[in-house]
Amino acid sequence: MIVAERKPLDEILNMLAPCKRVLALGCGGCVSVCLTGGEKQAAELAVQLRLAARRKKLDLAVEVDCITRQCDREFLTNLKQDPRTFDAVLSLACGCGVGFLSEQYPDVPVLPAMNTTFYGSNTAPGVWEEYCRGCGDCVLAWTAGICPVAKCSKSLLNGICGGTKDGKCEVNPDMECGWSRIYDRLAELGRLDEMRKLRPPRDYRKDRGGGVRRLVLASMTADDQTREAKE
Amino acid sequence: MTEPISNLQAALQSGQFVFTGEIGPPKGTNVAPCLHEAEEFLKGTVAAVNVTDIQTAVMRVGSLAICRLLKERGIEPVFQMVCRDRNRLALQSDLLSAAVLGIRNVLALTGDHTTLGDHPEAKPVYDLDSAGLLEAIVNLEGGHDMGHDMKGNPNTLDGAPSFFKGCCVTPCSSSVEAQIIKLELKVAAGAQFVQTQAVYEPQRFEQFMRRIEHLKVPVLVGIVMLKSAGMAKYMNRSVPGVSVPKALIQRLADADKKDLPKVSTAIAAELVRAMRPCCQGAHLMTLGWDRHVPDIIAQATA
Repeated sequence: MIVAERKPLDEILNMLAPCKRVLALGCGGCVSVCLTGGEKQAAELAVQLRLAARRKKLDLAVEVDCITRQCDREFLTNLKQDPRTFDAVLSLACGCGVGFLSEQYPDVPVLPAMNTTFYGSNTAPGVWEEYCRGCGDCVLAWTAGICPVAKCSKSLLNGICGGTKDGKCEVNPDMECGWSRIYDRLAELGRLDEMRKLRPPRDYRKDRGGGVRRLVLASMTADDQTREAKE
Repeated sequence: MTEPISNLQAALQSGQFVFTGEIGPPKGTNVAPCLHEAEEFLKGTVAAVNVTDIQTAVMRVGSLAICRLLKERGIEPVFQMVCRDRNRLALQSDLLSAAVLGIRNVLALTGDHTTLGDHPEAKPVYDLDSAGLLEAIVNLEGGHDMGHDMKGNPNTLDGAPSFFKGCCVTPCSSSVEAQIIKLELKVAAGAQFVQTQAVYEPQRFEQFMRRIEHLKVPVLVGIVMLKSAGMAKYMNRSVPGVSVPKALIQRLADADKKDLPKVSTAIAAELVRAMRPCCQGAHLMTLGWDRHVPDIIAQATA
């Protein structure tokens, strides 16, 4: 899932400076699961904003709403509030939600209350960790399910570097060395030969090197074209 | 045996025990002091001098420029190249630049992470890793770059470079088996010599050398001068794959401050003497104490 963190309150207040009426809009998707941008967090943010506004003597009214997913057109009908009646929508969704809503409501500024951080999973109570970088060319089959792109701070493909110490990364003694973990796991599985193969450099066109990425399902788009042709 | 293309390669092929040195370019344009150190203490003393490439991710003059300046002064350089700061376009271009500037030795390194240096906000690149960089060098030597023409054929170079190619390994790493696998990859990719991270444990080094015997590649053991007990403790705490034994730290702690260079030189020489039988040379990293290099070599070979 996509993990996002709330921006500092002061940054949000600065963004809202020209606004008098704002809709704090939670998202029931990923950010709700990582307990940072769901309905409850939208309500909490609204309270914090109202208190700050009172303290700073600002004329700011904040309403709250939440939909199942902000990145999906079909859930917009579930909005209880009409975004177009506000000076701004303060979205607690990830960047996808903010971007998608901005397109759907071109006349209302949709502002980000969150910093979208990574694709991750919940590893301990209150802890989410990065598992995937969305590199577009998955290598997990030969790395025992541990991603060197996401879990090695240098995203190396050909094994460990000299910066590893007692299973930790040179970047931070609290950070695990991804390649040390891959080595341990492959050793357990009796598959260390996977590490002895020289891997070719990555094709960054599959990552961000080729510009904006999209998924086009040929089967569905073909149907659309036939339908359009018929019409 | 291939015809040597550098003095370093010739020295290693001749079977003599080889010493190399290292200098770090300055932060700023005042290159005179580092060139002076190299001319005064390393020229004629060591077979070649490594020039670090934005070492520890602290911004400074580039390795390539200093390599050329050394060459103009009759000192053979080893061009260190890290993968941290350049993508494959820039790496290959700089390799061609090195070749046309007459640089013949290249050391391919991953490079310390950007966050360890003085520009921690910088974008880390690592487009290639050290094994990929070695492959790219071999490719250039074969007259091709990593790119392709419209028909999918590899691009052809108008003039191909030749290098004596090295890589690095950490013999006393906590993950030595994984380090050896990586070293095997780098040798398969084209590494012709190996320089090691600092070693202070001769017995551990000997065990390591036995485990890589099958690679049949010359190894220069890394010796970093211990300037004080404090520095030794710092290395134990912070430098991955380095552990300075207590006895050495004690010797430094017991020494008078004015005697530290003498003790430090003696320790370096003793380490070289102890490991000399099981490797082909020593890479001396003095961290600015180049004036002691002639003494280290004299004591180590006495």
